[in-house]
Amino acid sequence: MAQREGSMNKAPLPAFSGWRGAVADWAGEGQAFRVSWGKVMMWIFLVSDTFIFGTFLISYMSARLSTTAPWPNTSEVFALNVGGASVPLLLIAIMTFVLITSSGTMAVAVNYAYRKNRVITAVLMGITALFGLSFVGLQATEWTKLILNEGVRPWGNPLGASQFGTSFFMITGFHGMHVTIGVLYLSIVAWRVFQGRYERSGNYQIVEIAGLYWHFVDLVWIFIFAFFYLW
Amino acid sequence: MEQVQARSHVQHPPIGTYVKVWVLLFVLSALSYFVDYFEVQETLKQFLVTVFGLMKAGLIVTFFMHLRFERLGLVYAILLPPLLLLTLLGILSAEADYTLWVRQLFFSP
Repeated sequence: MAQREGSMNKAPLPAFSGWRGAVADWAGEGQAFRVSWGKVMMWIFLVSDTFIFGTFLISYMSARLSTTAPWPNTSEVFALNVGGASVPLLLIAIMTFVLITSSGTMAVAVNYAYRKNRVITAVLMGITALFGLSFVGLQATEWTKLILNEGVRPWGNPLGASQFGTSFFMITGFHGMHVTIGVLYLSIVAWRVFQGRYERSGNYQIVEIAGLYWHFVDLVWIFIFAFFYLW
Repeated sequence: MEQVQARSHVQHPPIGTYVKVWVLLFVLSALSYFVDYFEVQETLKQFLVTVFGLMKAGLIVTFFMHLRFERLGLVYAILLPPLLLLTLLGILSAEADYTLWVRQLFFSP
């Protein structure tokens, strides 16, 4: 503490690492995080979004645990027919693959952004957005199949517990909306990168911040995949 | 501000790291899929799916979202608050058990 009282002038606090750094960052009368404001703002948004999706998944758990009607078997509901044979959860497996791959291309795009490689960054972000678009397309296929062929509605379905439709449309719908917004966000940033806007300002951090959002969408999908489709 | 900028991209892993993480994510997803495909026994399946899911989440947060390269103060500000959701999980699973019991008592045929 004596060290801190001694440094009440305008000189920046020494940047400790590890636990000493954590304590110094949380201590009063200082800049809380030695990170640019844009990144902190995105992280605050993502933590709040974690609570939204967390609450959705927990309410789904509560609905599923408390219903007396049998829960529909997701492996059968989401099966696809390939050459006459029914493959369980095939569409969901493809969607997972598409989203993970898009996360990979986004991570590489961030890497190229910090090397200030304008064209490759823009192209990789464009590829990421296209993967995102195909994910939304696959999800639209899934919804169409479920609504038209299986007769699943938010208030009931012929397969079992009526809470199935409620949880499904609410959770995947909210996630799909996040992916759609992400595609728009990435496209806008990619276009600006391509035009050289960040070349002029010399600060490519917006690519990393957009990347954080995109990886978060992938992260949420992992939990939906595990707890809604596979559980 | 310049100092902040400089420090925030001190470390960036080579692209090979991202490729490795991508392969791991793919393998873990495939494993969770096969757990379902081969109809593993219920409790074991739920356990394995949760473990694989948490491992994938860890990989994404650590490498893709760069938390490994952030300051510890920010890391704890991000990772600790969501643990509060476990409280909600505990309360609602107790509540759901009770609701199920009441429904079975009064509404079951």
